[in-house]
Amino acid sequence: MAKKVPEIPGSSLADIAFMLLIFFLVTTTMDVDSGLERRLPPMPPEEQEDDDTPPIKERNVFVVLVNANNQLLVEGEITNIDNLREKAKEFMANPYNEETLPEKQMKEVDFFGPVEVTKGVISLRNDVGTQYGTYIAVQNELVGAINDLREDLAKQKFGKSFTKLDRDQQNAIKDIYPSRISEAEPKKVGGN
Amino acid sequence: MSKFRKNDSKELPPISTASLPDIVFMLLFFFMVSTTMREVTLMVKVTVPEATELSKLEKKSLVSYIYVGTPHQQYQKVFGSEPRIQLNDQFAKVSDIPDYITAEREARDEAEVPFMITSLKVDEYTKMGIVTDIKQELRKAAALHINYSSRKRAEE
Repeated sequence: MAKKVPEIPGSSLADIAFMLLIFFLVTTTMDVDSGLERRLPPMPPEEQEDDDTPPIKERNVFVVLVNANNQLLVEGEITNIDNLREKAKEFMANPYNEETLPEKQMKEVDFFGPVEVTKGVISLRNDVGTQYGTYIAVQNELVGAINDLREDLAKQKFGKSFTKLDRDQQNAIKDIYPSRISEAEPKKVGGN
Repeated sequence: MSKFRKNDSKELPPISTASLPDIVFMLLFFFMVSTTMREVTLMVKVTVPEATELSKLEKKSLVSYIYVGTPHQQYQKVFGSEPRIQLNDQFAKVSDIPDYITAEREARDEAEVPFMITSLKVDEYTKMGIVTDIKQELRKAAALHINYSSRKRAEE
């Protein structure tokens, strides 16, 4: 008869597990990485220097310039960053079809039928000496303006927040308020 | 009546601790799964700017990071105090970025490559010159989906 193997005591299991637990508690970083998501335009082909796309009309462009002192020039006026979002929203929506604000184009969109879609483009240009923090703040306001407009439309049409809509509904709203933020090609000004 | 009196006098039995390891293990597994170990040691000082229109980086495994900021004190003798780029565990030049992106792509599954995101962790006091250069390099490398890492701004 083989001698019975004594049972391994399980009382220290909790201690071992606690030790591991504390280790993982300490090393854990719970912060979820988040940030402003953007898409860069693809590099233009080398040979095609002067493209023959028709120039965009002046009224369709919302020019935002940021200089090395982090000051903003919006459509030719010095503007505080707090007012940028309102201006961008007014430009993209153009509620009263004003002459100075961008043209609209009739377009067939799902759920909505024919709607007037703005032709507006936001153009952002910054200086080499602009601070990154300012640049992000400006980007944030511009993205925020478009998000606000989409949110309003979603509430008005579907009675729900934009993030709660399904993909087709979101795409329909994105068709009406496209995110057209263009960043000017960086220019190497001569003289260095 | 006597029955009740008997119960009163009886001492409360000690709570069984036999299930304690199970509970602890459950917690342990939770932390093991949710934990992300920091892979690189930061050699530059990065305080990302604040923003409100944030979107989360969903798939950590598809993200490659580019850090830009002033080098920490102990590296300043060698690398100076101007903002520098850090890729993986070393300082890099702007021209190293295409190679880095290629290396990152090769490390991933081919089917996942189109969904890769580059996260720019840039200090808020950096000048735009270096950031613009990085963006141009990323465009050349066709890594067009980027994310400007930023903190959530506290609502007023």
